[in-house]
Parts: sequence; C-alpha cells; structure tokens
Amino acid sequence: MTTPPPESQSVNRDELSDENSTPSSAPSPSQAESRNRSPSPEGPRPPLPPRPNTLSLLNDETASRNANLQAEATTAVSRAEIGTLTPEAGGSAYSTLAVRGLSRGLKARASLSHLASPKGSEAGDSASIRSSIQNSDAGDVEALFKDFVATAPGVHPDAATLLHFPEFPADDVDDDDFMAEFEPVGELNEDAGNEDLLLQRWKSKHKHYMILSAAGKPIWTRHGDGGLISTYVGVVQTIISFYEESGDHLRSFTAGDTKFVIVTRGPLHLVAISRMMESDTQLRLQLEALYMQILSTLTLPSLTHLFSVRPSTDLKRPLQGSETLLSSLADSFTRGSPSTLLSALECLKLRKVHRQSINNALLKTKVSSLLYGLVVAGGRLVSVVRPKKHSLHPGDLQLLFNMIFEADGIKAGGGESWVPVCLPGFNSSGYLYMYVSFLNLRGNLDDNEDISKDESVAIVLISPDKESFFEMQGMRDSLVEQMEKNGSLKMIAAAIDQGRPATTDIMPGTVLHHFIYKSRANVQFTMSSYSPEFTSISRRRRLMSVYNNIHSSIHAKNSHVKVHHCVSRSASSFAWVTPIFELYCVAEPNANRNALVQSASKIAQWVQQEEERLFIIGGAVF
Amino acid sequence: MSESASANAPKPSSSVKLVLLGEAAVGKSSLVLRFVNNDFQENKEPTIGAAFLTQKCTLPTRTIKFEIWDTAGQERFASLAPMYYRNAQAALVVYDVTKPSSLTKAKHWVAELQRQASPGIVIALVGNKLDLTNDGGDATGASSAPQAESESAGQDEAEAGEEAEEQLPASGDARKVSTREASTYAEEEGLLFFETSAKIGTNVVEVFTAIANAIPESSLKTGRGAGGAGQTALGSRSGEDSRVNLGDRGAATAKEGCAC
Repeated sequence: MTTPPPESQSVNRDELSDENSTPSSAPSPSQAESRNRSPSPEGPRPPLPPRPNTLSLLNDETASRNANLQAEATTAVSRAEIGTLTPEAGGSAYSTLAVRGLSRGLKARASLSHLASPKGSEAGDSASIRSSIQNSDAGDVEALFKDFVATAPGVHPDAATLLHFPEFPADDVDDDDFMAEFEPVGELNEDAGNEDLLLQRWKSKHKHYMILSAAGKPIWTRHGDGGLISTYVGVVQTIISFYEESGDHLRSFTAGDTKFVIVTRGPLHLVAISRMMESDTQLRLQLEALYMQILSTLTLPSLTHLFSVRPSTDLKRPLQGSETLLSSLADSFTRGSPSTLLSALECLKLRKVHRQSINNALLKTKVSSLLYGLVVAGGRLVSVVRPKKHSLHPGDLQLLFNMIFEADGIKAGGGESWVPVCLPGFNSSGYLYMYVSFLNLRGNLDDNEDISKDESVAIVLISPDKESFFEMQGMRDSLVEQMEKNGSLKMIAAAIDQGRPATTDIMPGTVLHHFIYKSRANVQFTMSSYSPEFTSISRRRRLMSVYNNIHSSIHAKNSHVKVHHCVSRSASSFAWVTPIFELYCVAEPNANRNALVQSASKIAQWVQQEEERLFIIGGAVF
Repeated sequence: MSESASANAPKPSSSVKLVLLGEAAVGKSSLVLRFVNNDFQENKEPTIGAAFLTQKCTLPTRTIKFEIWDTAGQERFASLAPMYYRNAQAALVVYDVTKPSSLTKAKHWVAELQRQASPGIVIALVGNKLDLTNDGGDATGASSAPQAESESAGQDEAEAGEEAEEQLPASGDARKVSTREASTYAEEEGLLFFETSAKIGTNVVEVFTAIANAIPESSLKTGRGAGGAGQTALGSRSGEDSRVNLGDRGAATAKEGCAC
C-alpha cells in the first residue's frame, strides 16, 4: 500500500502571498519557515531544551506582542496588495483581508482543478456571485472566504475523485480494540514460554515509544519491557548509530504505513513508532514532551552528570517511579491531545468577574515563598497567580497537569501532596516544590472517588523552598476559605457542570460537529464539547487524527496556506490560520463547504465575543 | 471517614508527627490509606514526592491526631527524607515480607533514624503484604495487643479479612523474610514490630495504636484542645519546636523570585 504524504492528497489551497510560492506542498526542509508564521508567539517548535512558548498573555509583554502581530499583519497586507492586480480584485472595496482572499482564491482554484470536476467548478462559479453578495454584509471575516466559497464545487466530489486520504481507521476499530492499545502486553514467564504471544501482542500496538541511552540501554518503553523487546531496541540502536557514525542524524523514516521518528537529546534517543498517520512534526513534539518529563524528574544537570560520569548508566533506576508519568503522557498522545497538537492550554470558561474574584483571592492569600499558584479543574486552568517577571510555559503546565490529573500517583495518595518537580521550561537546572490539594466541590460525596478527571479541582501551589509545605498548606486553607466566602467555588462547580458548549449551542443547526480555536497570543485554546459525536474514545481519536492531518497540512513548511479544506471518507475538515488565531473545524464528509465556511467565521466571531471568558488574559500578577 | 464522635467528655488531644519510610513498592501508601480511609487499591501507582494525611486515633485517656508523611520510596527522593523525619515523633519503617532486600533497606532507614532523627522517636518496624504468605490473615504481630480503635473500622476489617482468606490460594507461600528474623532484629534495636496486610487490613490499626501508646506522655503537645479544628497552621507548630520547617522564613524570602 502506498502512502504518499497527506499534504499532497488533500484538497490544498495555497495562498499566493509570495510570487514564488507553489501549490506543491512537498516538504522541503531547506526552506525557511513561512514569514507569516515565524514571528508569532507560538513559534515553529524550536529544538529543546529551551522552551518555545510562554503563556504570553499571562505575561506582561502581551500588549507589545499583540502590537507585533498586528504589525506583521499589516506587512502581509502590503505584500498581498501587490499580488492583487487581478481583474477580480480591481475596484474591490473589500478590506485587505478580502483582497488577500481573492488572490488566494485564484491560486487555489488552479490547484484544485485536478480534483474538482469541471462541471462542479462551473456550478461553483455561478454560485459564487450569490454567495459573495450574501456574505458581503457580514464583514471582513466573511469576505476572506468569498472567493474560497466561490470555488466550492456545487456537488460533493464522489469517492473516486478523493484520493485515498490516510486517516486513523476508527470506523473499523471499536472502542474495545482501541482500548486494547493501552493494555499491558503482560510479563514474561520464567521460562519465557509465552514470549511469542507477548511479542505478538506487542506488535499489534498501533503506537510505540522507546527511550534508550546513546549507549543503547533501554530506559523506558511504553509497551513491553526492555527484556522482551531487547532485540528490537538493539535494531533501533544499530540503525541510529549507523547514521551517527557517518556524522549524520536519522530523523525519521517510513516503512509501509508505519512511521519512525527519532529525537536525540543529549545522551538519550527517543523513538516514536506510529501506525496512526501522524506527521513527523507531531511525533517529534510528543517525543520532546517525553524528554521534558525526564528532565522534570531528574533536572538537566543531573541527567548530564549521570552520563558524563558513566556513559553506560542505567537510567531506569533514577527514573524509577516516574514510568507511570511517561506512560500516561504517552497514552494521552495516543488518545489524541489537542493541548500537545497546538502547544497550548485550555481554560475553564468562566465569567470575567468570577475569574477576577478568584484572582483576587489568590493575590490576597499569597504567601511569601509562593512562585506560582494555580487553580485547575480537570486539566483546565481556572486561574493563575505568578510573579511579574516569570511567565508560565504551556509545556511545563502540561507536565504538571499530566502528573496531577492523568497519572494516579498524586490523586491516589489520598491527601495533600508535596512533590519536587523540575519545570524545564521555567528552569531545567533545579527543582521547585509543588503543593497539590484536591478540592471536594460536591459536598455530598465523602470521597473523591466518584469524581471524574474532568471534574476534579486542584489547588496547585509552587514554591522554590522545599521547606515551605506548611506555608503552602496555610495559603491553601485561606484561599479555599476566601473562595468559599465569595462564591467562587460554586462558580467553578457550575462552570464544570456546564461543560464545553456544543457547536449547536453556539450556532443552532450548524454543520459543524466540533471545533478547536487557538488564540495564538494567549497560547490557549478552546474547543466545543466532544458530545454527542465524539464521546467514544475511538471516535475521539479519529477526530484528533483529522485535526492532526489538517494541522500538519496547514503548517507544512513551505505551504503558505491560510485556509485549508479537506474532505476524507469520514469527515470534512476546515482550517483557518491568521496571525491572531488558528481555527480547526470538523463536519460531516459531505457537508456543504459554503455552510462550513460560514460556521467557521461565526465561531471566530463567537470566540472573539467571549474571549475574556474563554481565555485567561493577564491573570493575577504580583 | 470522619472519626467516630468522641466520647461524652472531650479528651485531651495532641498531634503526633509520623513518617513512613521504606523501599519502593512495599506498601507504605497502602498502609496509610487503610488506616486513614479504610480502603485498599490494587496496583496503586507509586507515590510521587510525599503525601500528607491526618487521622485521629482514640485512646482510652486521650486522642492522638496523627500527621502522617507518606514518603515515596524511590531512591531519588531519599535526599528529601530528612525533611520529613526531622521533627517526627514516630516512624513506620516498612518492608515487604516477600522481599528480603526490602528488609535490608528498612535496616538502613532505622539506622539513619537512630542517627539523625529526634532522640525520642518511636520506631515501628512493619512487615507488610502478610496476605501473600500462608499466615494469611492471622494476626502474628509480636507486639502489644490493640487497646482501642475506631469501632467501624474494626468491623470492616474483620469482614474484609474473612473474605480475603477464602480467596487465598491454599499453597504458594511467598514469604521470604521470616517473622523470627525481623522480630529479633526489632527487639535488638528496641523497635515495635508488626506484620501487616494493608490489603486485608490485618494489624494496620494495631500498628498505629501501638505507636500512639508508645509515645511518651511528656513529648505530647497538649496545647490545643480537642476543638483544634484540624488545621495545623504554621504558627502552632513552630511555636513548639525551634527546628520546625519554616523557622527560617528569612531564607525563604531571600530565595523567592529567583529559583534559578
């Protein structure tokens, strides 16, 4: 079975923002990042350990960053205007955005021609006049899509014209099958009699992660143990070192439908093996998060020291007990993590005044040795207090949230926890100390047992002082008392109960099944509820695969794409990237493109209206 | 989980700081969870860092409120242990009766405690996972019999014990550390000694009760009445002992803001 890169198979629309940009989207590593994207606060995933992102709106530089973004957009406009000397654009009173849309539209049509039947294109053209008139009063946002809509084929291209688009085949995989992905392969018998069976189970996994030392010692593997798969680890090690001997680094390769990605960090090789149609970039991000988890456990100096003293160090021992953190992180990638995909955080939707009163409570109860204080509801940030000069890094928070909400180590402790943790994005060379206490917002339950992950609320207080547990405990007590008094706890509980809005709550009757919106300046995202379409774990995974695909297409290195529409067997997806935000939507495979686009712009409008509720803008600073 | 309402007259109440030490995966957290919540989780994830829990223990003459530090057993956390045992009045050093190396590790902890911890510290040596041995649920604890415990917890344990005994396989004694070996050692070092099963509840409350009884009256702080309302604020602790954690607030402030 052939598996050409997904980019070349999708219905790809390239923006003509540069004269020499081509519709071909074959990745070419030598090309620099798109000019439009590089100055964004999100950044193009630079190598680690330096952390790419800060939660910048939790930062004071927000305003200047925003200004930067706008300045960048303006530059783009002037560039685009050069490219708009086309008959269609002549005399147009559209905003600059619209003008750019037009020029892109021309290009896109060209690149679409091999996919859409001529007949369909014609129908689309005739429809375009109507649609542009319909949309003309809806403002710039709609105008951006005017021409895009125009090229939409009137009929959905039949399956034959759709190239075989690689997607995680969740249709054929039921929940039980997908859950098997997370089950242990089992232990070897004493006589290794069950080795074949275990290896068979091991091979049936869709996804593997391995970490080995440069000397070839297996350190951690998601499935199976070092003993069972030692021959495979040996093969991996041989392949990697074959390239290293010639002064080269093997970054990735593909065999059949399986992708291998290797990330080397200091003395460690991290390897991801995926049959889930993920892109190199995505797998690389996942591996880097795993590396961050190792740093978070050991700190960079001690990791370096261990291997400089003895290159053959067995890292398993120092990492003992943190395997579950690596595994739960890996599993969250396998299930599909919007947070990792977008390198951003999700916040609990809360009214501005309510968030403000929590911020105030945090500021009021802050103790002297506090560095960061967080209120978190099931992995969604509720509020944060931080010193003026330190921002928070989404990658660090992802590690913390994984530890607190996904892995059971802290929760199962049943009390308050005091955990030394290195936040590599903040400072990879030392430990901070984290106080964690779960709140019981449901008075009627006497235990936390019945509270699901999404509903558990934790107070997380981080201090540089390892002796400050009781100080943090004191702060927690007065914070909870404050929040009880001013009704914040009830507000949090209500917000959790309300959950994420469904797309139909925002727009009754919309074709959209799901969307994710990332605010680039805030490094935060918001999304619609998984229900009713994506409640099962395999359907959710498929949704995430659709997002993965469209995300990697629109972020492919040399494709200056702003808008991207993609139709596959299971879904019709749509991505829209601006300097301010990234919006990804999913609808039925045969959803009308016009409707899809209109819904997307409505979502963007809705988010802008609700911005101060959906995102933490500023946070509490001391 | 709240402790049974105390008897008619309020008894003097005092808090006891207790630390659990021992090799990884011997069942420290499970012992604590059995004692505090009367609960057991199979295949519990390893503790990260340390967990802080409290539980009251009612004796005939007084109420003891245990402030329990359940520490992680992994080696990389070992350097933090002094912080937890420094002012502890009691320590539970736990090993796994099916794993001889864990007793060796326990002996190291005992030696460290005797060297570094407060002189009067009460140490109990506890061999856990008794349910994996043929002794099963039989209470083979060598030390003093339990004097008092919360009634409800006691009943639950009895039931749980019976159930588990039925399920136990007849053969397959996994015991690797003999009771005699450990109890001899405990006797030599002057430790309390118990064999427990957190899974079925054997001897768990007994350990804590024995510790409560063994704490010398003189070392008990009785400053706060029974109505202390649970929260151990910073002040009340540091008043008592000059070595308490946050005594050096100045240092903390100096470090603040630059954790680098």
